[in-house]
Amino acid sequence: MGIEGIGARVLRKEDKRFITGKGRYTDDHKVAGMHYAAFVRSPHAHAKIKKINIKDASKMSGVVGIFNGKELTGDGIGNIICGWMIHSKDGSPMNMGAWSALATEYVRYVGDAVAVVIAETQAEATAAAEAVDVDYKVLKAVINPEEAMADKAPQLHPEAANNIIYDWEIGEEAATDAAIAGAANVVEMEIHNNRLVPNPMEPRSALAQYDAAEDHFTLHTTSQNPHVARLVLSAFYQVAPENKLRVIAPDVGGGFGSKIYIYPEEIVCLWAAKKAGVEAVKWTSDRSEAFLTDAHGRDHVSKATMGFDENNKIVGFKVDTIANLGAYMSLFSSSVPTYLYATLLSGQYNIQNIHCNVRTVYTNTAPVDAYRGAGRPEATYLVERMMETAARQLGVDPAELRRANFVTEFPHQTPVIMCYDAGDYGASMDAAMEAVDYAGFEKRRKKSAKKGMLRGIGMSCYIEACGIAPSAAVGSLGAGVGLWESAEVRVNPVGTVEILTGSHSHGQGHETTFGQLVSDRFGLPSENIQVVHGDTDKVQFGMGTYGSRSGAVGMSAIEKALDKVEAKAKKIAAHMLEASEGDIEIKDGEVSVKGTDKKLLWHEVCLGAYTGHNLPEGMEPGLKEGAFYDPTNFTFPAGCYICEVEVDPNTGTTTIEKFVAADDFGKIINPMIVEGQVHGGLAQGIGQALMENAVYDESGQLLSASYMDYTMPRADDLPSFDVSTTETACPGNPLGIKGCGEAGAIGSPPAVINAITNAIGHNNLSMPASPQNVWAAIKAGE
Amino acid sequence: MYETSYSRAKDASDAAKKMRAADDGKFLAGGMTLLPTMKQRLAAPSDLIDVTQIKDIDDINVTRKEVTIGAGATHAAVASHAKLMKVCPSICSLASHIGDPAVRHRGTIGGSIANNDPAADYPAAMIALDATIVTNKRKIRAEKFFTGMFETALKDDEMIKAVTFTAPKSGAYAKFPNPASRYAMAGVFVADHGKKDIRVGVTGASSDGVYRANDMEKAMGGKLSSEALDGCEVDEGAMLSDIHGSAAYRANLVKVMAKRAVDAAAG
Repeated sequence: MGIEGIGARVLRKEDKRFITGKGRYTDDHKVAGMHYAAFVRSPHAHAKIKKINIKDASKMSGVVGIFNGKELTGDGIGNIICGWMIHSKDGSPMNMGAWSALATEYVRYVGDAVAVVIAETQAEATAAAEAVDVDYKVLKAVINPEEAMADKAPQLHPEAANNIIYDWEIGEEAATDAAIAGAANVVEMEIHNNRLVPNPMEPRSALAQYDAAEDHFTLHTTSQNPHVARLVLSAFYQVAPENKLRVIAPDVGGGFGSKIYIYPEEIVCLWAAKKAGVEAVKWTSDRSEAFLTDAHGRDHVSKATMGFDENNKIVGFKVDTIANLGAYMSLFSSSVPTYLYATLLSGQYNIQNIHCNVRTVYTNTAPVDAYRGAGRPEATYLVERMMETAARQLGVDPAELRRANFVTEFPHQTPVIMCYDAGDYGASMDAAMEAVDYAGFEKRRKKSAKKGMLRGIGMSCYIEACGIAPSAAVGSLGAGVGLWESAEVRVNPVGTVEILTGSHSHGQGHETTFGQLVSDRFGLPSENIQVVHGDTDKVQFGMGTYGSRSGAVGMSAIEKALDKVEAKAKKIAAHMLEASEGDIEIKDGEVSVKGTDKKLLWHEVCLGAYTGHNLPEGMEPGLKEGAFYDPTNFTFPAGCYICEVEVDPNTGTTTIEKFVAADDFGKIINPMIVEGQVHGGLAQGIGQALMENAVYDESGQLLSASYMDYTMPRADDLPSFDVSTTETACPGNPLGIKGCGEAGAIGSPPAVINAITNAIGHNNLSMPASPQNVWAAIKAGE
Repeated sequence: MYETSYSRAKDASDAAKKMRAADDGKFLAGGMTLLPTMKQRLAAPSDLIDVTQIKDIDDINVTRKEVTIGAGATHAAVASHAKLMKVCPSICSLASHIGDPAVRHRGTIGGSIANNDPAADYPAAMIALDATIVTNKRKIRAEKFFTGMFETALKDDEMIKAVTFTAPKSGAYAKFPNPASRYAMAGVFVADHGKKDIRVGVTGASSDGVYRANDMEKAMGGKLSSEALDGCEVDEGAMLSDIHGSAAYRANLVKVMAKRAVDAAAG
């Protein structure tokens, strides 16, 4: 592998600029003629806009323009779309309501933008936005998705009767019902998956530049996928044709999914720059706006029933889910509670009969879309709480119940589309049980009891699908885009290398790991390799980073391009060395003829490619190759997490005493970066389990709208994690990679809740297991 | 933030004068509550009168058991004062758990008391320590000083100069932090002044702000005993209720924290 090749713990090259404050984020970019946007936002969850009075505001200092939704739609700016078509079980297409980047007639959640002020300074824009007087007729709001489906509930969109967006199903209902009816034991649960606010460290930001002479736009923005942003802004929102729009996502400080989507603010900044006749417009979200308007995550309510035969084998699993999508359908919102969720309901288990029904609902809350894990945490939470609860009800050890039902032969076709390609679930479980000293738990429990504390242990065996995704497959399921990735490898005449990738790094460390592929292949030091990403003018096209796809899909594209570069370099070297192409070896920066002392330095071959003085007959000069890689299947990372907690019965406070993660991510390029991903994912998953909760009151005001009320996990809330990996290579891609970006957040919540319910002695507990909720659960159980 | 005028007071009378001249002025000490509130445009004082540069305003004096803490003393200064630590470690410990290091190096005891946030820590200590609040006009006993949530006995141009108290025989503060903000959801300060005089101050929990738990004091009858509190009922009707804690939960926390503080004070 070499010291900087595949499998090496290469330190992150990008961290020098990040930790010395030299990162260049969107808001760090300042350009001549830059103006500022401030949005006038609805204080009401549901209201009709009667009148927008800008008389006073427009006279204020520095104001160059105040625009509203009617002007926006009047200029032909298209509505914001959801890019994944889901059909209801009756065959009808989903009922998507119109979403204009600035509201035209109605506002549908607190924070919905109704107008924008463009001014010379940020302070002037904010002051004038406050002076815009909007006359609202306040309407009754609906927050709870079950209530939203009632006949007399307030209607959000005329397109969606009873606020139902679609009523979708997967699997065989009759067969599943029959299997459960014939089961020896049946376990039933009602499970709520709490709503989360993404909270990336860097808030969203947009800097839109308009060059009137060229009629050309440049947008710097906080995006996980700048090419998709350009495509959507161009093809659907009619902001500008693609060749007249350059999108740059520079350093981006975390996304977790929330920066996949194209939000109203980016559209408005581009449109308003031209309309106001200014050179540039910048908007940067403040933290309050982020809480109100970043797409939230999760928010499912499910009823689940699982049947077991007399040998404790699962015979059927039936789920009925209601997913709250908020006030509008965000870009991938429809796919999250369907194909990213219900297709994982088989977990790590051999289940012949599964049926899941999903209804998605509009409510007067912020839009909900993919957030780290996206659907798979919801599925895992359901399956793994069910397994633990079932084990307790059946009176068997939770580990043994799982083991008895594990899928052990591959490939394994589940009844819910997914075909698992490889895995060894028993190996992960063995590793986790040993690491946590599962056998010694009872002794530790007794020790805690002596101190008056309740000790519990809980397990979660997750599986997820990532490396999204085979384009034809997702296309057949309704996706509006293909989910391949592209890469270009440019070798310079001096032998240094640039990798241009359609993946986007916003914390993942691509500048380091992607370079390791080149180091591994040609033996070049990492300082000779540069990764270029995030600019539609530099990289031809790309689908961006989400769904743990940059390793399995993005790096596979680089690998394909490297194959082509290597082949050409070998041809050139063979010609220069007068040897056979098959005898050429590239290693440690040298190109040699096997079994001889004939060799060239790597850069001599590269220079040869560019001088063109001595190339094989008919060969084009240069050493630069591109590749598109379209995966053949999803990848299936899986693992076993075990959490051990101590609960203070007097206050309900949970302390995580041990957390063990044993993951199978397939082949690993940089173990240090993978461990970092697991640590971060676990922190987010534990945050969901214990602390985080987006709460709206009855009228639709977000009560947890700042860090005073929204509990983020902090370092001192978390134990030192014990992480390890087992490896079954993924057969679906050239590197054998499965993906690791979301696993921690997917697998950990049920482990935590299973541990707490074990400690308190009953299963009736919802996330977040805040001190208050745990205390109340203990009281209820007494 | 809205526009405001900033000025720096030379001394207490200058501060009062500037305050009287201001349209809607505010004294600025550490600014750890005021400035974030202003940034969110929830407060818009016409004038900020900075009192932190007044001579000796941040002095801490300990003479035998008599303690004087200047209003401008930061939480970090209180937490790390060697002499204070000897005679009254409980208040040092309390100060060391306020906010985070940045807050502790800016926030002041005077600012905390004057603001009287119902979830602030110091007010509970002032009640239990039977402290006296010294202003530019008069001396006020803590129990008369705190008059309700965010309310104090301070007049508009009145400014806290220092707090004084006699160090108790023993004392302790037990706090249950709000999981999000880490302000107190229930904070109980217990001080044993000897001669059967035990005082209990409770913060964070009540809808009236900080209060003295007379029933708990009575139940203990002058002797630090957590068992003696078993029979005490905390009135749920007087408790705050929000997304972090129902009134019933807070009532429970007050009792649990009181018992922990009593046990700690008893050593």
